Amino acid sequence: MNQEVFLAMPVFLISAFAVLIVVLDAVSGKNKTINFAFGIFSLLATAGAAIYTLTLQVPKLVNPADYHDIFTITKNTMVFSSYSAYFDILFSLAGILTMLASRSFISKGYHEYKEYYSIIILAVAGMVYISHANNLLMLFIGIELMSIMFYILSGYFRQRIESVESALKYFLLGSFASGFLLYGMALVYGATSSLELNVIAQFIAKNNFNATYLTFGIALLLIGLSFKIAAFPFHQWAPDVYQGAPTTVTAFMSTAGKAAAIFSFIIIAKALMPSFTNNAMRLVSTETMQMILAVLSAATMLIGNITAISQKNIKRMLAYSSVAHAGYMLMGVVANNQLGYDGIIFYATSYLFMQIGAFIVLSVLENKDSSNINLDNFTGLRKSNPYLAALMAIFMFSLAGLPPFAGFFGKYYLFLAAIQSGYTWLTIVAVISSVISVYFYIGLIVYMFFKDSDNPIAKAELKLSSVSLFVCLIGVLLFGFFPSLLMNLYAIIK
Amino acid sequence: MIETYLPLIIMLVFGFGIAVVFMLLSEWLGARRFTPGKVSTYESGMPPRGTARERFSVKFYMIAVSFIVFDVEVVFMYPWAVQLGTLGISAFIAMMFFIAILFAGYFWELRKGGLDWD
Amino acid sequence: MLEMIQFVPLFPLIGFLIIGLLGKYLKNEKLIGTIASTAVGLSFIVSVLLFINVIGSHLEKPHIQNVFTWIAAGSFKVNVSYQVDQLSVLFSLIITGVGFLIHVYSIGYMHGDRSFYRFFAYLNLFIFMMLNLVLSSNLLLTFLGWEGVGLSSYLLIGFWYDRKFEGTRITWTGDAANKAFIVNRIGDFGFLIAMFMIFINFNTLEYQAISDSLAANESFFMNSGLVTAIALLMFLGCTGKSAQIPLAVWLPDAMAGPTPVSALIHAATMVTAGIFLVARNSVLFSLSPTAMTVVAVIGVLTAFFAATIGLVQNDIKKVLAYSTVSQLGFMFAALGVGAFTAAIFHVMTHAFFKGLLFLGSGSVIHGMHEEQNIQKMGNLRKYMPITYKTFYIASLAIAGVPLFSGFFSKDEILWSTFSHGSYILWGLLTISAFMTAFYMFRLVNLTFHGEERFDKHHLHPHESPKTMTIPLMVLAVLSALGGFLGIPYALGFWFSDHPNLLENYLHPIFANANHILGKHAHTEVHLIEYLLMALATAIAIFAIYIANKFYSDKTFKIPNKLAANNKGIYNMLFNKYKLDEFYFKAIVDSLLALSTSLLWKVVDIKVVDGIVNGAGKTTALVSESLRKIQTGIVQNYAMLMMAGIVAILAWILFVI
Repeated sequence: MNQEVFLAMPVFLISAFAVLIVVLDAVSGKNKTINFAFGIFSLLATAGAAIYTLTLQVPKLVNPADYHDIFTITKNTMVFSSYSAYFDILFSLAGILTMLASRSFISKGYHEYKEYYSIIILAVAGMVYISHANNLLMLFIGIELMSIMFYILSGYFRQRIESVESALKYFLLGSFASGFLLYGMALVYGATSSLELNVIAQFIAKNNFNATYLTFGIALLLIGLSFKIAAFPFHQWAPDVYQGAPTTVTAFMSTAGKAAAIFSFIIIAKALMPSFTNNAMRLVSTETMQMILAVLSAATMLIGNITAISQKNIKRMLAYSSVAHAGYMLMGVVANNQLGYDGIIFYATSYLFMQIGAFIVLSVLENKDSSNINLDNFTGLRKSNPYLAALMAIFMFSLAGLPPFAGFFGKYYLFLAAIQSGYTWLTIVAVISSVISVYFYIGLIVYMFFKDSDNPIAKAELKLSSVSLFVCLIGVLLFGFFPSLLMNLYAIIK
Repeated sequence: MIETYLPLIIMLVFGFGIAVVFMLLSEWLGARRFTPGKVSTYESGMPPRGTARERFSVKFYMIAVSFIVFDVEVVFMYPWAVQLGTLGISAFIAMMFFIAILFAGYFWELRKGGLDWD
Repeated sequence: MLEMIQFVPLFPLIGFLIIGLLGKYLKNEKLIGTIASTAVGLSFIVSVLLFINVIGSHLEKPHIQNVFTWIAAGSFKVNVSYQVDQLSVLFSLIITGVGFLIHVYSIGYMHGDRSFYRFFAYLNLFIFMMLNLVLSSNLLLTFLGWEGVGLSSYLLIGFWYDRKFEGTRITWTGDAANKAFIVNRIGDFGFLIAMFMIFINFNTLEYQAISDSLAANESFFMNSGLVTAIALLMFLGCTGKSAQIPLAVWLPDAMAGPTPVSALIHAATMVTAGIFLVARNSVLFSLSPTAMTVVAVIGVLTAFFAATIGLVQNDIKKVLAYSTVSQLGFMFAALGVGAFTAAIFHVMTHAFFKGLLFLGSGSVIHGMHEEQNIQKMGNLRKYMPITYKTFYIASLAIAGVPLFSGFFSKDEILWSTFSHGSYILWGLLTISAFMTAFYMFRLVNLTFHGEERFDKHHLHPHESPKTMTIPLMVLAVLSALGGFLGIPYALGFWFSDHPNLLENYLHPIFANANHILGKHAHTEVHLIEYLLMALATAIAIFAIYIANKFYSDKTFKIPNKLAANNKGIYNMLFNKYKLDEFYFKAIVDSLLALSTSLLWKVVDIKVVDGIVNGAGKTTALVSESLRKIQTGIVQNYAMLMMAGIVAILAWILFVI
C-alpha cells in the first residue's frame, strides 16, 4: 500500500497541480510569470516523481493478462508500470520544452493569456492518464482530456482565421473519430464484459468472449487511434491543424500528443492482440490486423513524405513529415514484438527532441503574423542566424534519419523489428519513403546554407527558447551517439 | 438472460402503445378549430416577432455552458447519495474530491467574470 | 586498481575538449601547452601505476574493464571496454611517456604559431585515439582508434595547410595529408573485411574470446584458409598504417607536418599500430604459416629497399622517414619469424631513438630557420651542442653499436631470423643494418661535422630553448640505456636464468602463440650467436667508419665519384624507385581515365542521373497531384475518413 502511494505519485501530482493552476489562475491577477513558473514547477515535480518511481521496485509491464488486481489504490483503473513512469517523464519534458519556448513566442504575436499554461498542464495530465490506463474508460478520458486541450490550444490565436479554422476542423473530425473509439470500447466491453484491460486479456486467454464483437471492437479502436496519430486515411486534419495552430502548440501536439496516441496503440495491442493469435475462437487472426495496420503504415509514410515535397511552407512541410513519422511508428505496432515496442518508444523519444527543436526554431524566426516561414524566407539563414541554421540542419538530418543523430537509430530499431516479424516489404517501403523524405529535409538545408538572399530574416531573439533548443540538441546528439543508453533503460524497465 | 429484460420490454410496449392510443383517440374524438394563436410557432405564449436568425450576445452561451457543466454534474450525485450507505467512506472521499475539483472550476469562472452580465 | 585504466584515455580527451573548444579564448601559449602536457602526463602516471600493478600481480589473464555499452543490436553487442594486460600497458607507457616528452618539446617548437591551440588540441586527440587503439579489448574500438589516429595524422600533416610541399604530384601540404589518408584507406579496407569475417565466424569482436576459441581449436584452424585470409587482410591494414610495401609511399610525404608530429605519430607511436595489431592477434597469425611468411618477407623487403633509398636523400626528415619505414620492416620481419617479443622490444627502443632523432632534426630545423636540406648545413655541433650530443647518441643506438639500445633489439631480430632458418632474410636484414648505420652517420657528418655550407652572415643557427632540449636529454638517456631491458640469454646467462626482462614480462601475452609455433625461451648458448653478434657489431662500426671517411672531407670526393659512376642506380634510389610515379600511372591515372570516360560521362550522367532525375520528377508530379486531395474542406476529409473506415471493416468482413 505504501509503495503504491509512491508509484501513483506522478498521477496524483499532475492532477493536483492541474486543479491548483486553475485556481492560481483565478487569484494571481495580472501576473503571468507566477502561472508560468508554477506550470514549469508542476511538470518538473511530476517528472521528478516519475523518475523516483523508476528507482523503486516498479512492476514491469509484461503482459496485461499476468497482473491481477494489484493496483488497489485506484480501483484497478490505473497501472503503475515502469513504462508509464518513463512516459510520464517524456510528457512532462515535452510540456516543459513547449512552455519555455511559448513564453516569448505567444507575446510576440498575441496577447499572453495565463490559461495557456493551465491548458498545457491539463493536456499533460491527460497524457499521464493515458500512460497509466488499465481501463478502457480511463484511456478514453485521457485521450479526450488531451484532445480537448489540443482543440483549444490550436485556436489559441483566436483573432487569426487560420488558427480558429484549424481548431474547428480538429474539433469536428476529432469528435467524429472519438465516436469510433468509444464505439470500439463498447463493443470490446460487450464481447468480454469488462473494461479493465487485464481482465479482458484474461477473458480472451480463457476463450471467454464474443468473437464478432471483439473483432470489430478492436478494429474500431485501431481506427479511432489511427486518427489520433494522423495515419492515412485519417490524416487529413493534420496538415491544416498543424499549420494553423500556434507554432509552439504544433510542436507540443505533434510530438507529445503523438507519443501518447502511439502509446495507446501499444496498450491496446498488448492487451488485445497477442493472446488473440493463439486462440481457437478467433474470428480474424492477429496477422490480418497486422496486415491492415501495415497497409495503413505504408500508405501513411508514402503519402506524408511525397506530399511534403511540394510544400513551400516549412510548417506545413513539417506537418506532412509528421504524418510520415506516424507511419514509421506504426511499423512497431505492425511488428507486434518487444523490439517493435522498444523501437516505438525510442522513436517517440528521439522524435520528440528533433521535432520540438525544429518547430521551436521556426517559432523563434516567425514574424508576428507567421508570414515568413516559407522556404524562400530561410534562404541564406546561415548568415543572419548561424546558430539557428546549424541547429535546424541538425534537426533536419535527424528527422531524415541520418546517422549519427537520434533519428537514425529510431528508424533502425523499427525497421529491424519489422524485418524480424516478416514484414520485409514494409521495411522496403519505409526505406524508399525515407529516401524521398531526404529530399525536402536536405532541401531546407540547401536553402539555409547554399543560397544567398537579398533580404534575410532578422537576427532572432532566443530568450528562454534557447534552453529548450539546447535540451533538444542534447537529446538528438546523446541518443544518436549512445542509443544503447535508452535501449539499456528499456531492457531494465521491460 | 433475456427474461430479465422482460419487464422492460413490457413497459416499452405499454408506454409506446398508450401514447399511440391517446394520439389516435384525440384525432377521432376531438373537434378541429384553427385560431391564429394555435397555428403560429409556439413561443411560450408570446406572439413571435421579427426573424429567428438574430444574433445573440455571447453571454447567453456562457451561461448556457455553465448551466450544462454544473447541472449535469449533479446527475452523478444522485446515485452516489442513494448508495452512500453501502459504498462507505472511500466513496465519500472520492465525491469530496470530485466536488472540490468542480468547485475549483466554479471559483475560476467566478473570478474570471464568467457569471457577470456586464 | 586495474579499473583505473579507464582514466588513461580520459585525460587526453578532456584536454582535447578543453583546448579544442576553449583554445581560441585561452590566448596564453604556456597555459595551453601546460594543459595539454598535463593531460598526457596524468595518463602517463596512471599508466606507470598500472604497470607496477601488472608486474606486481603477475597477471595471467587480462583484466577487462567495461566502461559502457556502445552498440547493442540484437546479438551484436560491442562495449567500450579496455583491456589491461602486459602488452596494452607497455604500449600505453610508450605512448604517454614519449607523448608527454613531445608535448613539452612542442611548446618550444610551436612557439609563436598562429594556430598554437589547434596543434595541441590535435595532439591530445591523437593521444586519446592511440590509447583507444592499444587499450581496447575488442576490434571495433581498436578500429575507432585506428581511424581516429588516421584522422589526427591527416589533420597534423596538413597542419600548415597553406605551405608548399614538394613531392610526386604534390604541391601543398594538404596534398600530402590527402595522400596519407587515402593510402591508409586502402589498408583500412583490409582491416574492415578482416573484422567482418571474424564477426561472422566467431560471433564476437573481443580479442580474448577470439584468441581463446582459436587456441582451443588449434588443430582445426591450423593453416586453414579462413585464418590465412583473415590474417592477410588484417596485415593489409597493417601495411597501410605502418607504411610497409606496397603502401609505404605515404610516410615520406607525411613529413610535411610539423616535426614533433613526425616524431610522435610518424616515428614513435602511430606507425607501430600495425606491429601492435599483429602482436595482439599473435594467435591468429601463428596459426597461419603462410601469413607469417608473407609478413616476414614484406618486412624484410621493406627494410631493405627503404634503407637503400635513405642512402641518398638530402632532406633531413626524409632520411629519417625512410629510416623509419626500414626499421618498421625490421619489426615485421621479427613478427613474421615468430619473434613477437623482439618486435615489441624494437618498437620500444625505436620509439626512444627515432623520437629523439626526429626531435633532434626538429631542433636543427628550428635553429636553421626552416632549412631541411642537409647539403646546406654542416658544423652545427659548434652552434647546437646539446642537440648534437643527443643526436649522436641516437645515431649510435640506431646503428646498433653495442650497449646502446638499438644493438640489443636489432640483434635479437637478426638472431631470430637466423635461428628461424631464413638465411636469405637474415642476409638482407644484415645488409639493411649496414646501410642504416651508413646513412645515419652520413646524416650526422653532413649536418653536424665538416664546414658550414650555409651563408654564415645571414643565417645564425642557435641552440633550442630548454623545453626542447630537456626532452632530447631524457630520450637520449632512454636510447642509451633502454636496451638493458632485453639482454639476450647469451649475454646474460651468467647472472640470471632469465635475463631478458621484457620477454619475461610479455610471456603471458605470447604464451599461446609460442606454444602453437613450438617456441621456448632461450636456455642454451650457441657459439654462432656470438659470431653473429660480433659480425653485427663489426658491420655497424665499419659502416660508421666508411660514412665518416666519405663525408669528412670538404669536397665529398668519394661519394660524388660513386654517384657519377653509378648514375643509373643513384638516380633510381634518389627517385625512390619511381614507386610513386608507378602508382600514379598504373592506378590513379587509369582509374581516373576509366571514371571520367565511362563512369562519369556515361554511367553517372546518362544512367544514374537519368534514373535519379526521372524518379525525382515522377515523385514531384505525384506530390503535386496528391497535394490537391487536401482540399481544405472538412466534409471532404470526413468523407475520406468514412471511406477508410468502410474499407477496413469491409476487409475484415471479407476475411471472415
